[in-house]
Amino acid sequence: MAEAKAKDVLFQPIFNNNPIALQILGICSALAITTTMQTTITMCLAVIFVLTLSNFFISVIRSIVPANIRIIVQMTIITSLVILVDQLLQAFAYEISRQLSVFVGLIITNCIILGRAEAFAMNNPPFLSAVDGFGNALGYSIVLLFVGANRELFGSGSLMGVEILTPVTEGGWYYTNGLMLLPPSAFILIGGFIWLLRVWKSEQVEEEPFKIAPNTRTSEAF
Amino acid sequence: MFEHYLSLFVRAVFVENMALAFFLGMCTFLAISKKVQTALGLGIAVVVVLTITVPVNNLLLHNLLDEGALAWTGIPMLESLDMRFLGLLCYIGVIAALVQILEMGLDRYVPALYNALGIFLPLITVNCAILGASLFMVERHYDFGESVVFGFGSGVGWALAIVLLAAIREKLKYSDVPDGLKGLGITFIVVGLMSLGFMSFAGVQL
Repeated sequence: MAEAKAKDVLFQPIFNNNPIALQILGICSALAITTTMQTTITMCLAVIFVLTLSNFFISVIRSIVPANIRIIVQMTIITSLVILVDQLLQAFAYEISRQLSVFVGLIITNCIILGRAEAFAMNNPPFLSAVDGFGNALGYSIVLLFVGANRELFGSGSLMGVEILTPVTEGGWYYTNGLMLLPPSAFILIGGFIWLLRVWKSEQVEEEPFKIAPNTRTSEAF
Repeated sequence: MFEHYLSLFVRAVFVENMALAFFLGMCTFLAISKKVQTALGLGIAVVVVLTITVPVNNLLLHNLLDEGALAWTGIPMLESLDMRFLGLLCYIGVIAALVQILEMGLDRYVPALYNALGIFLPLITVNCAILGASLFMVERHYDFGESVVFGFGSGVGWALAIVLLAAIREKLKYSDVPDGLKGLGITFIVVGLMSLGFMSFAGVQL
């Protein structure tokens, strides 16, 4: 029983309750770094690390933290983990750390992390919370990898720096789509991802707040 | 000098718009842009908080955290200390504290504005645009004057973007959108197109 639940907690967030596509969480730092697969994967790993551990630690101390200072305690835990990631990146992958610039620090204010801490880790045991953090980070990563792969493939004709479509500038046939490297393409790709997801899982379609009456002819109106 | 500040301001508002060029503050940007009026309230709150937090963080960086910044204490051990790795923790602390102080101050002295802003004020703490502006300030080595202008400018840019998006979404209710795109999907695409529009400012130089 417990095992089945852990499985649910792990796989639900990937397509059924995706943090980006359905919960509208964590879009902020997600988009600017998806121009190449390399930065995208680094960002995904960083978020998986921070979210899993923050959920775990917050869950461990959940019963001894007074309710009215819990946000500050959560923020301190999250920030310490992010500082750890930031320092590690600067030490071992300086180039990538330069490309990610401020967006590593912005993992702190990534709403997924505080959102999951509040919604899940505060009421569930440590192991399950860590699994939930991992699952949500995976759901986040899937969207990021989709956007990152599309942007790099169509924007510069390569994947992970390996050329796949040879661009015209190097004697090939592929005209690179410069728009893909610019910010607007990320929004449109995520819009497309949400569309695909909701065509597949139609129960996620949002209800309209009201119905618009069909047009009436002027002759009928009076 | 004035031209330098003006150029920085225009860049922060249009060319490097927080929301549309750097995707900062997206969660609130998408969640609270259904009505123009609430969007405007949130926008004003963001301008106020950004104009205060960026300069305060700037002072903190230059007087406490930066390498050699503690030289004014006169203690030799502290003179070469580099505490920039504590930056993130300090900035987020300053932001949370300032938002809290602002909330109490507004409640006491300007209750009308406090009621208008309501729940949005505490939410600003976790708005990435605020922390993002402080981090950009650090990365680009702004001095105190520049950080005031940059904070104000990026706040205005963000407010402008959310009010424009809210205006579009109010009209969007009357359009016939495919089922899967309703709500969030179409909003993303609209923001993409807005961002494309703002790209045209990229060449503006003063």
